Amino acid sequence: MYKITKAEFIAPNVKSFILEAPHIAKKRQAGQFIILRVHDKGERIPITIADSNAEEGWINIIVQGLGKTSAHLNTLETGDHLQDLVGPLGLPTHIENWGTLVCMSGGVGTAEALPIAAAGKAAGNRVISIIGARNKDLIIAQDQMSQVVDEVRISTDDGSAGRHGLVTDVLQDLMDEGVKPDMIVAIGPLPMMAAVSNQTKEIGIPTMVSLNAIMVDGTGMCGACRATVGGKTVFVCVDGPEFDGHLVDFKELGSRQRMYKKQEEESHKCFLERQMKKMKAEQMQEEV
Amino acid sequence: MKRERPQSFNTVPMKERLTIPRQEMPEQDAGLRSTNFLEVNLGLTPEQALVEAQRCIECKSPTCMEGCPVSIKIPDFIQLICNEDFIGAAKKIKEDNSLPAICGRVCPQETQCEEVCVMGRRFEPVAIGRLERFVADYAMQHDDGSKETFQGPTSSGQKVAIVGSGPAGLAVASDLIKEGHEVTVFEALHEFGGVLVYGIPEFRLPKSILRKEVATLETMGVKFVKNFIVGRTMTIQELMADEGYDAVFLGLGAGLPRFMNIPGENLNGVYSANEFLTRSNLMRGYDFPEWDTPLYRAKHAIIVGGGNTAMDAVRTAKRLGADEASIVYRRSEEEMPARNEEIHHAKEEGVKFMNLVNPIEFISDDQGSVVAAKCLRMELGEPDASGRRRPVPMEGSEFIMDVDMVVIAVGNGSNPLISQTTPEIETNKWGNIVADEDGRTSMEGVFAGGDIVSGGATVILAMGAGRKSAVAINEYLKAKVGSST
Repeated sequence: MYKITKAEFIAPNVKSFILEAPHIAKKRQAGQFIILRVHDKGERIPITIADSNAEEGWINIIVQGLGKTSAHLNTLETGDHLQDLVGPLGLPTHIENWGTLVCMSGGVGTAEALPIAAAGKAAGNRVISIIGARNKDLIIAQDQMSQVVDEVRISTDDGSAGRHGLVTDVLQDLMDEGVKPDMIVAIGPLPMMAAVSNQTKEIGIPTMVSLNAIMVDGTGMCGACRATVGGKTVFVCVDGPEFDGHLVDFKELGSRQRMYKKQEEESHKCFLERQMKKMKAEQMQEEV
Repeated sequence: MKRERPQSFNTVPMKERLTIPRQEMPEQDAGLRSTNFLEVNLGLTPEQALVEAQRCIECKSPTCMEGCPVSIKIPDFIQLICNEDFIGAAKKIKEDNSLPAICGRVCPQETQCEEVCVMGRRFEPVAIGRLERFVADYAMQHDDGSKETFQGPTSSGQKVAIVGSGPAGLAVASDLIKEGHEVTVFEALHEFGGVLVYGIPEFRLPKSILRKEVATLETMGVKFVKNFIVGRTMTIQELMADEGYDAVFLGLGAGLPRFMNIPGENLNGVYSANEFLTRSNLMRGYDFPEWDTPLYRAKHAIIVGGGNTAMDAVRTAKRLGADEASIVYRRSEEEMPARNEEIHHAKEEGVKFMNLVNPIEFISDDQGSVVAAKCLRMELGEPDASGRRRPVPMEGSEFIMDVDMVVIAVGNGSNPLISQTTPEIETNKWGNIVADEDGRTSMEGVFAGGDIVSGGATVILAMGAGRKSAVAINEYLKAKVGSST
């Protein structure tokens, strides 16, 4: 069992976990991920490591409660335990001094972009962060990002913070202001990464994306996470998770992410019903 | 090495032995079992085992042992069965094979010990595999492994890391713990057994059997660490330099599924056999949604390939409720690498065989899910490098069939994890680790065996390779002590 030393919501439905994992903390580099199981009948899900501390032996993950497993995970509190935890998996991010690096992130992707932005800064880049969210409540890690990069810009879908629009609009603004990015890193929901890649392909700026695919073992054994990059099939777990965004077949990956949509809904429903029963039983007990 | 002849306990006159029919193993009814995941074979009864053992004609120079990759003393254990000493027989097997309940189930005996059984030249061979399984199960039920009085030699003070808890790793662990070394098995997944737990279905090898075999090794002192990926969580160099391991054995398995590189292979509903079986076996997808991992329940599934893995996958698809589950194989049944027993069981369960057929494209609906397979009919031409006749497409034979699930079971390549992180270890052009006959790799103190060296093979061959490596590791460790004092 793997101890959760701290769990707290940092945005609606978004929880940050500090996990006791000395071996993983010691090895982990920016861009790598872990696989976990919440309970003994649980599925294996990959989550990017947002932060870690080798000396104190912990890693940090940020989880948005979307499906059954992530919703279940987000019910866990400080002091609870995970059933299984393994990592670090995947190849670390390739970092060099490109010149001007723009880190574009959406939703919980900002937590995952943070270590890459920091490593980019440490390598000597001028780093600009563009954070996108649906609304201002869903912006995470803005303060931490501000501490490591040269400049942070915000966009929200509803205009409740920063620019009213998408991260791609902010990139356009930057370029209109005369900024010439040498490298783009985009991390977030698939449609966002696809839109960024589309935009930067036209203007010829190299773009790296971090793909989130469905995985089982995470070591190359099963092939669940395959994607098409540059016309060739890759395994995101061992060949990635980062790839040249201009070469990724986003349409295929999007469809593969929805492979179990129906089953996921069924599983999530079962879980919510169980939670509801549990809550009702607790309520009855309190009333008695 | 000359073998002492075992004492004969067989009282049946020699001539009569030839007339006893080979004992058939009771099985779950085919109609019933194709709807559940319970074990198909039910094992011989004690009475049957006794009769079967009495069929052995006690050859002066028994060939059966030569057919066994780990040289089990087959005539000796059969004689102990004749004496109704079933536990003694199990112990006799365990001298050479630490996992008899598993091998009794999954070994291809018909191409090993039973193929060379002298009885088999004119009659049916002695059912050695069924006897092995019988005594192993009997001992498990009647002689609790935890009470086994294992007296290891005094501790050598040397540490061995075994990477991978599949058949090769478990065989090495068993042999080296008996030599007094401190043995730790590292497993990447959350359960132990490697391919025995993620690959081989419950209906062929119940997980409870595997867990008992692992528990026995634990009581003997082997340490098991799960969720630990050597190469990522810790490198081989770190295990040796920082954690003080004197030797490392790599039993990683093949574990990188091959695809056919045809259009539509990444559509939803197209699986590698590894993924399909892992979701079903390790993750218990067949119990979704009680268990969380989802799995397709197809109406019309095709499984591409003709090996044991293909048979496991097609029988799993059938059990998940497919109206039609078919094997699509580009050669004829004669060339199929799967065991006869598996092919026979699959047919009994209603699996359809489409031989001499090869898919060339998978076709999708507008949601990206597979709905059809475009195939060619094949005919057999001249023999190829494998000695089997090469399948050649027949002109104008293209046809399309409706399918809602495809499982690709055409073999495995080698896993890149170790070569990515330990370039010192030499690999060949297929990515397999280069090792000599005793498993020595190009890195000192590091040995390897099983599928990661040989490419895809069988459980027992991996165990055989593991046992050879165990001898070499033991010698290496002894020499290391000798040179340091």
